[in-house]
Amino acid sequence: MKNEKKKILFGEFVTGAGLARALEMGAGKVVDEVKASKLRGRGGAGFPTGLKWELTAKQESDEKFVICNADEGEPGTFKDRLLLMEQPEKILEGMAIAGFAIGAARGFVYLRGEYIYLRKILEDAIVSMTERNFLGKNIQDSDFSFDVEIFLGAGAYVCGEEFALISSMNGYRGEPRNKPPYPSEVGFRDKPTVVNNVETLCYVPYIVTKGSEWFKEHGTQASTGTKLFSVSGDVKHPGVYELELGITVNQLLTEVSGEGAKSVQVGGASGLNVAEKDFDKPICFEGLPPGGSIIVFNHKRDMLHVLKNFMEFFVEESCGQCTPCREGNYRLLEGVKMLEKGECSVRYLKELEALCDVMKDSAKCGLGQTSPNAFLSIVENFKTEILYR
Amino acid sequence: MTTGTRAVADELQEILLNHEKDRTQLLPILVDINKYFGHIDSNAIIEVSRYTGVPIGEIHGVITFYSFLGQKKRGRFVIRLCRTISCDIAGKDQIVRVLEKELGIHFGETTDDGVFSLEYTNCIGMCDNPPAMLINDKVYGGLTPERVVDILDSFKLSEYQDMFGYGGVE
Repeated sequence: MKNEKKKILFGEFVTGAGLARALEMGAGKVVDEVKASKLRGRGGAGFPTGLKWELTAKQESDEKFVICNADEGEPGTFKDRLLLMEQPEKILEGMAIAGFAIGAARGFVYLRGEYIYLRKILEDAIVSMTERNFLGKNIQDSDFSFDVEIFLGAGAYVCGEEFALISSMNGYRGEPRNKPPYPSEVGFRDKPTVVNNVETLCYVPYIVTKGSEWFKEHGTQASTGTKLFSVSGDVKHPGVYELELGITVNQLLTEVSGEGAKSVQVGGASGLNVAEKDFDKPICFEGLPPGGSIIVFNHKRDMLHVLKNFMEFFVEESCGQCTPCREGNYRLLEGVKMLEKGECSVRYLKELEALCDVMKDSAKCGLGQTSPNAFLSIVENFKTEILYR
Repeated sequence: MTTGTRAVADELQEILLNHEKDRTQLLPILVDINKYFGHIDSNAIIEVSRYTGVPIGEIHGVITFYSFLGQKKRGRFVIRLCRTISCDIAGKDQIVRVLEKELGIHFGETTDDGVFSLEYTNCIGMCDNPPAMLINDKVYGGLTPERVVDILDSFKLSEYQDMFGYGGVE
């Protein structure tokens, strides 16, 4: 955590205070408060958290589940690693509050295989919180019981997509599926399930104790709260920064000592490449993608090399289930290789751009719908640099 | 080492019995077998199928889906170097050359003594301390050629052979 101005997640925190308040309020009011805070999912997709909880709470079922999505795989993102390492109790408390709100007695942390070294920290936190009765049976002498287990992934970017994550947990290939039904109806073990990002869950204890009005003092009207930004690349001080949503690229670069950048990849490989002319644009749900990954490139960087790296990533991580994603990413990488050799005509480049639009419209899940973003934005920003080599 | 021999079969059964007979336990079972034996061979797949009731073909489908699971035996220590952009622009290529030279193998290969495998991996969330790699369950960031050599030296087989619960030397 780099910036000194402690905003929300790195401010004061007492384990259990949020949970105690939630138990006092009752499940319905907790859902209402989270809805009123306008908290949106911090994994990148930005679905309203309160609505997700409400939809799951409404379902009649003998069993419901809370899943914490700790399958952080977007290139350039590492804020969940920091939370898992330094604030596991906050995550678990967020899960318990979610469980109480929707009527679930079991939760899982889906931990990516690459983060297996964080497993012990989480396990210890689960034991410690169970001992203090913040997890387990009859939490703080209430009727509410909630247990958390860890579910380990095995190396698949697409499993960060919530449907793919659930397929993976259900013992199938971690492939996304068509929706509806949503996990709020048919999720883990085909039961109503809430899947929330690590960071999203961390805001919950604060919202419950300090109220939605306080939370809304941060950020913009449509993007309330703060956001953890994972900053890497050509900056003096890479690391995790908690900043207000709505911050412009310029302001962010000043904060992280990244002045003199050629371009910034905002939102990871699936986000947008932003060139200097657009550095005054805000990062929020109504602006540049707020996934939190910020990769800064200086003027020495070859943007075609950057694009090639992203396209190789998507070709490898595409699950291969739907044609637009499987074939589309392959064709885009092939195009990048042609550009490298100076063999790509302007006409063919236009065809590839049209292919990008087809992928955005027709791919089954977020992976294939967003993978053309890097291609389109880098080609647009640096056409001369990459086309005439 | 095939999971068909008796001692190994017992170890396999032990792993299975640690899990419920339920499809949702399929990935945890496969992760455990892969960790213990270094791969999941055809005999193990048959046993997992018997235990969980999941068809062999579907188990095969699940194994091939995940980059950390494999049917081919890997080395005792699997080195996974991140090749995504933040590590790439921080000097990943130099680390590639050091690893290949020191171990005498290329990426995608395993040393003849079965100790080290070299692989690439996608972003491992160490972008603030690049270049980075995983060796089995441990993560190493801020790699330099000198540091890589030191790390490899620290993985002396004799000292680490019990650490990962890996059944003896072949």
